[in-house]
Amino acid sequence: MEARRAEELLARAERAEAEKLRLITVHKDLELEFDLGNLLATDRNPPTGLRQWSGPGLEAQLRALARDNVQLLINQLWQLPSERVEEAVVARLPEPSLRLPREKPLPKPRPLTRWQQFAQLKGIRPRKKTSLVWDEASKQWRRRWGYQRARDDTKEWLIEVPGGADPNEDQFAKRLQAKKERVAKNELNRLRNIARAHKVQLPSQGGMHPTGYQSRDELGKAMQVAKVSTASVGRFQERLPKEKPPRGPGRKRQFQPNIGDFAAEKKSQLELIRIMNSKKPRMDVTRATNKQMREEDREEAAKKRKVAKGRGGKRKGRPPGPGGKGKGGPPGPGRKRKGGPPLLGGRKGQRQGGKRRK
Amino acid sequence: MRPLTEEETSTLFQKLSKYIGENIQLLVDRPDGTYCFRLHKDRVYYVSEKILKLAVNISREKLVSLGTCFGKFTKTQKFRLHITALDYLAPYAKHKVWVKPGAEQSFLYGNHVLKSGLGRITENTNQYQGLVVYSMADVPLGFGVAAKSTQDCRKVDPMAIVVFHQADIGEYVRHEDTLI
Repeated sequence: MEARRAEELLARAERAEAEKLRLITVHKDLELEFDLGNLLATDRNPPTGLRQWSGPGLEAQLRALARDNVQLLINQLWQLPSERVEEAVVARLPEPSLRLPREKPLPKPRPLTRWQQFAQLKGIRPRKKTSLVWDEASKQWRRRWGYQRARDDTKEWLIEVPGGADPNEDQFAKRLQAKKERVAKNELNRLRNIARAHKVQLPSQGGMHPTGYQSRDELGKAMQVAKVSTASVGRFQERLPKEKPPRGPGRKRQFQPNIGDFAAEKKSQLELIRIMNSKKPRMDVTRATNKQMREEDREEAAKKRKVAKGRGGKRKGRPPGPGGKGKGGPPGPGRKRKGGPPLLGGRKGQRQGGKRRK
Repeated sequence: MRPLTEEETSTLFQKLSKYIGENIQLLVDRPDGTYCFRLHKDRVYYVSEKILKLAVNISREKLVSLGTCFGKFTKTQKFRLHITALDYLAPYAKHKVWVKPGAEQSFLYGNHVLKSGLGRITENTNQYQGLVVYSMADVPLGFGVAAKSTQDCRKVDPMAIVVFHQADIGEYVRHEDTLI
């Protein structure tokens, strides 16, 4: 009885061992390729076992496949040399054999900065300098530039006033100011280099740097530009009480040259005169009416003379005197007329005018 | 100094033609030399080419006058004829007025000519025609504008204005500083 039980136990133990082995051993036609540095296992076996690619059994089959491959990978990991690091058993991975491709594209070469262009042109090579310099004043080695540098002129406690300077000027403040300006200039150049690298169009600074020695015109121009550089392009900018509105950038008038072609000038002027004369009306209504009035005056005067002389006079009409209506005649006595000139104008006047023109 | 533009030339010629009619071409096209009009500080100068070439060498601020000043352009671009143009316009005048000796002095002081002072007037003068005013001795006295046509002049009463005063030679004394 006990022997039988012992046999059963042994058999059970064997079966359990086999089970365990079976669990951890996976049979593959083709061996897997391992890249333990990337924890990568590549399975090149054709998936013939997976007959049904659709249906409920697919999920279970895929899971079994994944479990087998992972099992093989872990088996490989257990074969690596292990070490103990702070109460944990750790396997040291080898170098990865598969080189992963780039995530991002290669960076484009940056354009050279102004100094780099100049140095290239002149052939200037960077000279190696020591990083520490001996500072005599503090008797220690100090860095060449930066925090607590060797020769910092803003940190001096005594500055001699130079010969030609104003005695009331603050030399310490002057040095600090100069330092600030250098820093600002450096920053400006750095930003300009970046802008050039990113091909950003910088607005041209034609004479608008505040130098302190700008002329009146330059200041005026800078003021104009500043006025227009608002969100509304200068539309709602206030003006000083007596300031005139700015002239728009209209086109300048062009004139003929002073001593140009005199003949051409003469010709164009004569042409102008000719056109002017041709535009005047040939038939001037007022002149016509005046002529008509004169005629009628003459006729009336002739009639009156006839009546005054009676029928004795042989001459039918008095012929017009040589200077009678000309320049020499004194103004005649005022006479009242019944019909004014508007009645005489028109047909009668035109007829007379036609007659006279001969 | 610059030549006149088209509009300025036409304004000038229209004004001149009121006084001398189509005789302007005798001013423009002269047989005895090339004369031209130039604008300097809003004044129109009639100058010969020879003098012009000399005047070009003087700077704008220093140049006072050149040739003969005919008149000036006002701020609103109207042309005003000055008395200095009389010597050139009097010989070509189309319409003339002769003034009696009594009214002569009144005209030379800048007053208008009344009917009582009117000696003679050319025939066919329209109203508002440009005139050259003469004394009875045929001495040109100045410019005027006819207030009435010749016909109306005969009928109007003696105290009415017949010629509006435009310019007279008395201005040489009265407006000495503004006349160039």
